[in-house]
Amino acid sequence: MADGGATDGKGIGARVLRKEDWRHLAGKAKFTGDFQRPGQKEMAFVRSDVAHARIVSVTKPAGFEDSVFTAADMPGMRPMRAPSKLPGYKGADYPALAIGKVRFVGEPVAVCVADTRAEAEDLAQATVVEYEELPAVVDMLDAKAPDAPRLHEDWDDNLVMETFADDDFSKIADRATVIVKREYRMARHAMNPMEGRAVFAEWDDRTDQLMMWTSTQVPHLIRTGLAEFLGLDQRQVRVIAPDVGGGFGCKALLQPEEVIAGWLTRHLEAPVRWIEDRREHLVTGANCREHHYFVTIHATPEGRILGLDCDVTIDAGAYSVYPFTNGLEGAMAHGNLPGPYDLEVYRCRTQTMTTNKPPLMPYRGVARPGVCYAMEMTIDALAREIGMESHLIRAMNMVKQEQLPFMSIAKKHFDSGNYPKSVEMVVDMIGLDKIRAEQAAAKDDSRLIGVGMGSYVEQTAHGTSVFASWGVAMVPGYEQATVRLTPDGGLELRIGVQSHGQGMETSMAQMAYEVLGIDPEKVMVTHGDTGLTPYSTGTYASRSMVMAGGATARACRVLAERMEIIAAHLLQCERAEVSVRGGKIVSGKGEVSFAEIGRVWYLNPDELPDDVDQGGVEVTMGYRPEPDSGAFTYASHACKVAVDIDTGKVKILDYAIVEDCGTIVNPMIVEGQTYGGATQGIGTALLEESTYDSFGNPGASTFADYMMPGATDAPHYRIDHMESPSPFTEYGIKGMGEGGTIPTPAAIGNAINDALKGIGAEVTETPFTPRRVLAAIAAATQNRQGDAA
Amino acid sequence: MKSAKFDHQRMVTLEEAVAALGSADGEARIMGGGQSLGPMMNLRLAQPDLLIDLSRVGGLDGIEVAGDTIRIGARVTHARIEDGAVPGVTGAYMQFVASGISYRSVRNRGTIGGSVAHADPSADWPSALLALGGDVVIAGQDGERRMPLDGFQIGPFATGLGFEEILTGFELPTLGEGAKCGYYKVNRKPGEFADAIGAVVIGSAPRVVCGATEAAPFRVVAAEERLAAGAAEISVADARDMIAAQDPGFDDYDLQIHAVALSRAVGRAFA
Repeated sequence: MADGGATDGKGIGARVLRKEDWRHLAGKAKFTGDFQRPGQKEMAFVRSDVAHARIVSVTKPAGFEDSVFTAADMPGMRPMRAPSKLPGYKGADYPALAIGKVRFVGEPVAVCVADTRAEAEDLAQATVVEYEELPAVVDMLDAKAPDAPRLHEDWDDNLVMETFADDDFSKIADRATVIVKREYRMARHAMNPMEGRAVFAEWDDRTDQLMMWTSTQVPHLIRTGLAEFLGLDQRQVRVIAPDVGGGFGCKALLQPEEVIAGWLTRHLEAPVRWIEDRREHLVTGANCREHHYFVTIHATPEGRILGLDCDVTIDAGAYSVYPFTNGLEGAMAHGNLPGPYDLEVYRCRTQTMTTNKPPLMPYRGVARPGVCYAMEMTIDALAREIGMESHLIRAMNMVKQEQLPFMSIAKKHFDSGNYPKSVEMVVDMIGLDKIRAEQAAAKDDSRLIGVGMGSYVEQTAHGTSVFASWGVAMVPGYEQATVRLTPDGGLELRIGVQSHGQGMETSMAQMAYEVLGIDPEKVMVTHGDTGLTPYSTGTYASRSMVMAGGATARACRVLAERMEIIAAHLLQCERAEVSVRGGKIVSGKGEVSFAEIGRVWYLNPDELPDDVDQGGVEVTMGYRPEPDSGAFTYASHACKVAVDIDTGKVKILDYAIVEDCGTIVNPMIVEGQTYGGATQGIGTALLEESTYDSFGNPGASTFADYMMPGATDAPHYRIDHMESPSPFTEYGIKGMGEGGTIPTPAAIGNAINDALKGIGAEVTETPFTPRRVLAAIAAATQNRQGDAA
Repeated sequence: MKSAKFDHQRMVTLEEAVAALGSADGEARIMGGGQSLGPMMNLRLAQPDLLIDLSRVGGLDGIEVAGDTIRIGARVTHARIEDGAVPGVTGAYMQFVASGISYRSVRNRGTIGGSVAHADPSADWPSALLALGGDVVIAGQDGERRMPLDGFQIGPFATGLGFEEILTGFELPTLGEGAKCGYYKVNRKPGEFADAIGAVVIGSAPRVVCGATEAAPFRVVAAEERLAAGAAEISVADARDMIAAQDPGFDDYDLQIHAVALSRAVGRAFA
């Protein structure tokens, strides 16, 4: 049947105000930190202050031996294990509390419990850990040395995983006469959701359940992991994510603190709580983005890119994380380096190294900000080399609309869109010609103007086949949604994904409206509770709107059919004469409200027809796109910067975005997500860096040392949308939650290098700090003077 | 992080506060607005046994002009200065400096006396006030004394304050209409602590300060001489030489940004 809901602009495509915003604006949201119970205990951690050491002894404060726990005091708590089926993958178990050794600064060694957090911290401060220090592996390239210290004694080296794909470059050799090679680094940083991690646990004897409220994106996976590593049945674990203040990936994995809280509450017979503070986050959450690249582009003098040769190193930190492992970034880097480009040959090696740093986690964009930066910066280097505008090179080499669907050289199945068009549009928006004229007329040689761009294509909502190919233990399948008509004609919608800022309580209700015409205000969206929602691998990989949204549409359609049967009976007409329209069931003989259907099913079943569906007005449906290789969102970003060559400071003067995430459900949410992502990208590009000294000590443990982008760093974004529906998904929706982060470092880096091109300087290491910009200028100046001599 | 245990005494008179400092068991710290000490205590970088709270002590938040001197109480907040509470040319200069300190909620509580007594080299007031010149007013067991701002800060987080003394205010020069002031801060983001500061005040004689260094802010003698000789600008290259001559400890980047700050502060003074 055709969807008959939307009649007055609250469905797909409508700028509906977010239903959840009122409680946030009124300060009435409820986060994990808001939970209080009589008799609750607070947790504080003794964390390693050395990067690599054997633990010789842990001395607890006298008189408080029963309030301080090491791994040895917690029988039954198992190290977190995240297996991978990828060939050669070596994943190190992640013990919730260190066992025998510590492998990064911040690793939990002991947990202290007390009535208040301050007292728990007093215990942590008074606990003495004696270490036998070992040489630390701090840099991922140093980790490869044959004589490098080993993090894991049972390994032959520090290599977590290697992927390699080769091709015959000889077939392009005579045409690809221009070879551009570059080296790049992207710095490690922290995700910094506004709400840090947080967990509140209590054991409910009535239900024989561990109840855990935790700030997570993936409550069902946390439940499965807790059961596994605490030795519980899954029925004994209920996980609830209440309001969650951002996640960005670090909350898509099981955390040591969650496992520890689960063990403690059961054994202490008291509720326990842990609220991560910002220092803990900046030290233990320095877990993303750290990549190193060698990129070589083989092109014709006209700018046709024929071959791409990459050598990628990924710093995976000390342990593998549950459930997605630390092999994800290598696989993602491999599959995404060629971007939207149509290449003839591709060679790529990725090496994922273990180091004495916090375990790598997938941060919004997962590897793609790094690969996009490496590829797009090299394209601009090629443009400078052959004296051509880089947007022309992009448009020339991108997969064309008429080629879609298209299997990329890295085996990505592009679905729909017009990639070169996004380039053309964004070049127009940023006003390239005007900026070129401004540069030519510029008189001030201490403030240089530059323009740069970055394009990407992003696999979103990729499903079973893709995750299975990455070898992870948790593979998403059919995403489910449950809809239930209430006796008064309202709708309960239950989804297993979790909304932590994406506005799903609104966008999912819009989806129900699209099918049923029920006002979004009358739709109660329940998410983030394993006791109330269908099992789901959760919110990550820009999947929720496609997957849970698709499941919602399907469930609503089945509900509509069941309501139509009842309505036809009540109206005494044929089934074919009735249809759901505008929140009612209508026919030529009159109409029936949803409330009437609810009343009859629940309270007056004597009025039901004989052929009523006995499943009633509650429906659970599963959904998976076919093929499930992903819906490919793409975008081009362009920005204009000014580089102060005396201080090395970069100022963003203008920023333009053209994006295509297929059918847009709520443009306001899409724009908000894009701006937020791009602002995080500015952090990656210009500000954020978790520094380490040669012993592996973190150098940025407060916001005095760690720069976050804020309101004063975000430009006034200008955005334009294209809408190329995916042929493979419900309504043609594509995922888009992550994309804003992806091309930003590339666009900004390219703009800086455009500004510096007269000097011959290039930045190649994020963040592009004033110090790095000045160093690049100094190096170029020195080179020139060397050449002149 | 939560702070370690400490005793907290809210004082009513200055005498009482000085006496409490003298008789404290263990480490006692004075708290003004608490915008630096508070975070340091929460990070347990500072673990005082006793916190002596000056927020109720009278007479510490005045701003008075007496002849060629402006007397500013230690507890005057950055926000009041930003809002123009200090009159005249001196006030306009201080208003500019205050507006660049952190963000408004910090400025609402943070105090000028607390900032100078805390003596974080990256903070604004130690450099900005050194360029103005004048005295620090100090209360101790023996009553009130004055110390010139020149030489008051002796290093990072170190001043000429005795263990049992409290900084109560400043006596700063009232600059005439013809005075020129320029302040330039190099930092990563608006409101962040400075990576480099240049402060220039040309009143009766030029005073040029290089701040946000590893140690205390210092006056750049060669720059002052150059301005006294009538120069209206100092190039970055010259500023590098002048600063390096006085402190050879800068790495190239730090020397560069301190020279830029100085050069641009001069530029602002003459703008």
